[in-house]
Parts: sequence; structure tokens; C-alpha cells
Amino acid sequence: MAPEPPLLSMSGITKSFPGVRALDGVDLDVLAGEVHCLLGQNGAGKSTLIKVLAGAHQPDTGEIRWRGEQVTLRSPIAAMRLGIATIYQELDLVEHLSVAENVHLGHEPTAAGFVVRGKAAKESTAALLKRLGHPEIDPARLVGELSAAQQQIVSMARALSHDVRLIVMDEPSAALDPDEVDNLFRIVGDLTAAGVAVVYISHRLEEIRRIGDRVTVLKDGRAVANGLPAKTTPTREVVALMTGRNVEYVFPDRPDSPPSGEPVLTVRGLSRAGEFEALDLEVRPGEIVGLAGLVGSGRSEILETVYGARKPTTGQVLVDGKPLKPGSVRAAVRAGLGLAPEERKAQALLMLESVTRNVSVSSMSRFSSGGWIDRGAELGAARSATRELSLRPDNPSVPVRTLSGGNQQKAVLARWLLRGCKVLLLDEPTRGVDVGARAELYAVVRRLADEGLAVLLVSSEVPEVLGLADRVLVLREGRVVHTAPARELDEHRVLDLVMEGSPAS
Amino acid sequence: MTQPVSPPRDSITDKVPQDRPSAWRGLLARTDVRTLSLLGVLAALILIGGITKPDEFLDTRNLQLVLTQASVIGVVTVGMTFVIVSGGIDLSVGAIVALASVWATTVATQEYGFAGILFTAVVVGVGCGLVNGVLIAYGAMVPFIATLAMLASARGLALQITDGKTQIVTVPSVLDLGERDAYVLGIPPLVLVFAVVTVIGWLVLNRTTFGRRTVAVGGNPEAARLAGIDVRRQRLYLYLLSGLCCGIAAFLLIVLSGSGQNTNGNLYELDAIAAAIIGGTLLTGGRGTITGSVLGVLIFTTITNIFALNNLQSDVQQIAKGAIIVAAVLVQRRTASTT
Repeated sequence: MAPEPPLLSMSGITKSFPGVRALDGVDLDVLAGEVHCLLGQNGAGKSTLIKVLAGAHQPDTGEIRWRGEQVTLRSPIAAMRLGIATIYQELDLVEHLSVAENVHLGHEPTAAGFVVRGKAAKESTAALLKRLGHPEIDPARLVGELSAAQQQIVSMARALSHDVRLIVMDEPSAALDPDEVDNLFRIVGDLTAAGVAVVYISHRLEEIRRIGDRVTVLKDGRAVANGLPAKTTPTREVVALMTGRNVEYVFPDRPDSPPSGEPVLTVRGLSRAGEFEALDLEVRPGEIVGLAGLVGSGRSEILETVYGARKPTTGQVLVDGKPLKPGSVRAAVRAGLGLAPEERKAQALLMLESVTRNVSVSSMSRFSSGGWIDRGAELGAARSATRELSLRPDNPSVPVRTLSGGNQQKAVLARWLLRGCKVLLLDEPTRGVDVGARAELYAVVRRLADEGLAVLLVSSEVPEVLGLADRVLVLREGRVVHTAPARELDEHRVLDLVMEGSPAS
Repeated sequence: MTQPVSPPRDSITDKVPQDRPSAWRGLLARTDVRTLSLLGVLAALILIGGITKPDEFLDTRNLQLVLTQASVIGVVTVGMTFVIVSGGIDLSVGAIVALASVWATTVATQEYGFAGILFTAVVVGVGCGLVNGVLIAYGAMVPFIATLAMLASARGLALQITDGKTQIVTVPSVLDLGERDAYVLGIPPLVLVFAVVTVIGWLVLNRTTFGRRTVAVGGNPEAARLAGIDVRRQRLYLYLLSGLCCGIAAFLLIVLSGSGQNTNGNLYELDAIAAAIIGGTLLTGGRGTITGSVLGVLIFTTITNIFALNNLQSDVQQIAKGAIIVAAVLVQRRTASTT
């Protein structure tokens, strides 16, 4: 007897967006009745992969087999017809409709083909909610009046109202209290006992250990591990797969003597309620300070608060000893700060514009008088800034959207270079940057530091922080748990520090 | 654009400005496909007008009339283009034109003569823009709602001022400008103002930091903010600019009609938005050209003129306008996806 084929088998899935390859040959096998966990940092490709699975994205290449047969998931409806349901992190419910109407949206029970049988819809919804352990939710209530946890139950009831064989849950526990998480796990257990497969996405390793059967780890759009046993694989191995390097990068040499001189950036007791607490740090000219930590450690929030894009609850940011006006990006930029944010396209780039205009946007006063722009001077300044960073192609008139991820990042760096900023805040500088182009970007950052720039670096990749930074602050749940020169730390030590408190293994 | 057209009777056939390849080649090489296609549509319309009513349409007086009528809505559209490029919308332009035109033609204002009328029209326009801008930029109101509220209240105030009556202008220097044979530098004065506003608008959008900031705020407000641009102040300035254009347009309308009426500027907001859209301005912000918008205005005004000359009713005109908007957007989507 031939072994039963997996319920779902995806192989060699690739998906590119302009400037970035989100999925690069991913394989994923899911068996009936298992909980298959999908792990990876932000931007590793998890969302793209589940959108392909849900029929919301079409893969560029690759094959999807469903119960052994090749299928094409042209649309979310096609995926749903096969029995694939997805519960997104951003719940896709209509707030102004009732629970029952949401559950049956698109497949309402009808009489004579078009008259909605409201009572039948309510009854079947009530039955589903009872099965999910929440009989107290009234099917007639508006979804907008429910709590986040209850809305998630409704979303799940909607999935179960179809004849579902596979449910994808995208960080379902993120919005839940501990006892609600227990209920969620009970539901997952019931589903798998009935032969339904669950693809479970979470950052919380202890959850994966509790309910997972197998784990697939994504990194940089590739599956770096397929189908590891969830219960027995050591946590450190899983985290190392998520945060580690899959290529040996050449990191630039550090200067022989550590940077001295007065700190240009000083942060004192900076806190934001619920995000991070009592942060102190100093960055000197020529120094690269790295913040290492897992998702949820407050890394990006810290950078954005230092930059004034978020207002701190308490604490101070000083540049050259002078305090900045809290919560003001303009004050920060004027004082000499520059941010290369995590989401380059959403937060930094003007995608419809040329490289020149993207580079010049923060320094327009330098080549304008009375508001009148000297376009020759602008082009010349943009050209020299992009040349200094070897941005390709060597033509600043091309639209920035046609650039690769690494060159888009260089355009952002050129913006701050042209502005003459003193402190560069780098948030995940190699996110969406091709693996091959990273070493060059590291060399650029180090060279800028050697020229006297102070750099504050955040990265979810521990080797990147250790390789590039001079000094490393290790964060866990919004607090600095360790500070040391990068030379004195290694990956294992940092992983132990960021995971302290998670179940040891 | 919505006024009926009464073409002059005396007919002197004049030459349509034809393309002269040698002189135009350099310009054409630098003009994008979108502008070229708009020029093509305009040329086709002129051809249609020339064929259907050769004597009347191509008459110098008639062409002057087309441009004069385009002037009022054209000035409004230049301001509207800035607002839309910044990701906003200004539904109140027609109502502001009405309010400014009646406020500037009250008996009390007319006592101050030419300067009083001009000054009042501009100040009322800018004042309304200030209210819009403060509500949107600092009151965090959605532009659609803030300017919808301004539309309603400015129209109401205009009705209150006039009590529904037409306010006749008695200042001779103003009336003289509206005479059929009034020329400044050989150009009808309204057309001259339109041309100057267009050129200034083009320069501001393309050559100044103000224009750059406008595009940045419309293309990606979050990126603009993180790049150190004061997004809120920029938004305020943009609604002030739109109000200023409405004030100028109100003055032009006073000159053109010799009166102020609370029904002035009716549906200007839709005409201006439509002209900007067929000119290639993205309603989501971040992209748009003054050239495109002005060509959009000229296309609509020419259509109105040709239809009126051919005794077609305004209902047919409206249908044709709607079809042109749809066609223009579909064509632009096609060209956008291929580039």
C-alpha cells in the first residue's frame, strides 16, 4: 500500500515583489490532523507564504498539491472550496454586521435562492460557537461590540462553517489572555482530533512546544528547516535557525582603538508604557551600538522614540548634550538624527519619485533659495551622495521603485548622508536586501562610522549585530539585560540572554 | 464651464494653430505620453469643431470666448490640483467662489472700487481656505468632510448676504475689464490671469521646495514626516492656496458677469476634480501635473462650446463629460501598467 500523500504539499514556491524576493523556493508539507508550526522573524516570508496558501497571492513558480493532486489557488474562494481557511492576525470581519451574518458571509443559508434565513443562520452560528467553547457570544450581536478575543472566536466559527480540512492561524494568541489561550489550544486539539490540519504561526516558542507537532522555520524567504519535531528540537536550535546566518558574511574590520570622545547621542531613562522601560545608552562619534533582541523586545519602538516619531512616557534624548523636544521628528532631524526605518517602502521612500528626489527630500534648503530649487545643484548633490555609497544604477534620475532592496536602502542612507546627519538610526538595515548585497551594506555602514558618524543599529539577526556593532545591548521584553563590547559576546551567549525565562532545553 | 455659450455672429475664419514640426520637436521629445494624448484629444476636438461649424467655431471671437470661460474654472483647477496631489480634496471651491463673489460685490464693498472688490474676493477665499486648512491639518478632520461642511456653510452665507438677489457691479474699471474688446498686452485680461496662474502654479509645483513637499506629503505622508517635513503645516498651506485660487476665480467671475450671485461657481468642485483627473492627477495623491489639469479644463470647455454651437442640450454634454472621465482613467491605467 502506498503511503498516504500529505494533505498539502507546497514545493519550490517563489514569489517576488518589486525590489525584493519574498519567497525563494519554499517547501512545506502538512499532514492531516497535525499542528504544523511556521516560525520566522518579521519579513522572513511567513505572511507571503500563507497568502499564497489562502489564494490571495499567486506564486511566480512552484507547485501546490492538495491530497496528492496538483492544484492552482487562483483566488481566496478557490482555496476555501478545497477546504483551506485562513484566520488572519488582522481580523477580516465586518464590524457593522452581526456575528451570525459574519459567520455566514458569502454563503448565507437561503430560501428560494435569495431570501436569507436569518433564524437558520443564527442557530448554526450558535452551534458553532458552542463547539468553540463560547456559547455566551450572542449570534445577533454586532461584531464591533465584541472583544478582540471574541472576534477571533467568530473568525474561527466562520472558518468552521465551511467544510474545512486545513486552518491557517496567523499569531492567534497575540491578542489573548492566558486562559483564552488555553481555550484556543483546546479548540486546536479538537480540530486535529477530527483530522483537520492546523498551520500555526507564532513567535512564542513555548506555545509551539505545547501544541505543535512539527516546525518549519523560514528565514529570508527560504525554509531553513522543514518539519522538525516540535516537542524535542532544542529551543536554542530553533532560535538559532530563526536568527542565525545561512551564509557567512564578511563583516568589516573594527577600528583598532575604541572610539573615545563625548557621546553625541545620549538616552536617559527612556520609557514607553508597555513597550520598553528605563533605557539608558550612549553613542559616540564613530561608534556603532547594536540592540539585539527577539520580536516583542521593543527594538523598533526604541529607535522610533529616540527619533521622535513616538512620544516617550518618561525620559530624555540628548544630542551633543542638548535635550530634544520629545515626540518631534523635526527637532530630531534638525539636531542631526536620521532614521532608516524598518519598513522602507511604507516609512521612508516616495515610491513614485526618482532617486534624486528621494535623496534630496530632507535637505531641500541646501540647494534652494527663497524656496526656489536649483535642480542642477540638487542632481549634483544626489549624484555625489549616491556615488559615495556605490548605489546602482549610477543614475539618480531613475524611479526609486525600480531599485533592488539593497539599493533602496542606500538611497535612504544617501538622504541622511546628504543632510550631514550626526547620528544614524538603522532599523533592520538588511531587511528585504538580497543576501549577496548585505556585505556591501555592512561595509558602507562601517565606513560611515569611521568617518565620524554615530550609529545605533537594531537587528533581529544576532550575527548581524555581533558582526557590525562595537557595543551590544541585549534586550528582553523592553529591558536591557546585558551590555558588552561585541567582541566579548557570541551568538550562544546572546541567545541565552534573550531567551532567559523561556523553557530551557 | 457650465454657462451657456452664445457665439458671436460676425465670422472671420482664422487659422487654427497647426503643429509646426520644427519648432515643436524639442518640446515634444520632453513631453510625456499622457500630455501628448491630452493634446491629441484637444486637437481632435478642434478638428470636430472646425468641421461641424467651420465658420462659427474657428472664429477668433469664439476661441477667445472658450479661453475666457476656461479661465475661471482653470484658476480653481490649478489650486485643486495642488490639493489632490497632496492626497487631499477640496469640495468647497464652488461655494467659496460664490461667497467671495457676493461678498466682494456688496454695496459697501463696491464703495472701495476696484481694489476693494479684488481685495475682498481674495481675502474671503483665503479665509475660507484657512478654516479648511486648520480643520484638516490641526483638527485631524478628513478633507472630504471638512470641505463638505465648508461647501454647505459658504453657500448658505452667500445666500444670506444676497438674499437670493443678483448684485450688479457699478464700478466702471471692473466692468471695463469684462468688455468683449478689452485687451491687456493683446490678450483678454481673464485669459492673461489664467495664463499667469498656470505658469506660477507650474513653477511652484515643479521648481520649488513647496511643490516637492506637496508631492512628498501626497505620495507617502509617513515617509514625509519621518524625513523631517512638517506635514501638517504643508497641508494648511495647500488649503490656503486653494482658497486663494478661489478668490482670484471669484474676481474673474465678477469681471466676466458684471455681478455677484450666490449661485455662482455651481458644481465647480466637480468640474475641477474631473479636469485634474483626466489630466492625470492621482486621486490618491503623489502625482499630478498642472499642464495635464489645464489641458483637462480646455478639453471640457471646448466640448461645451462645440455642443452649444451644434445646439446640443446640456444633458448630452453631461453624458459626454462622464464618458470622457471614464475613458481617460481607463487609458491612463493602461499606460501606467505598461510603463
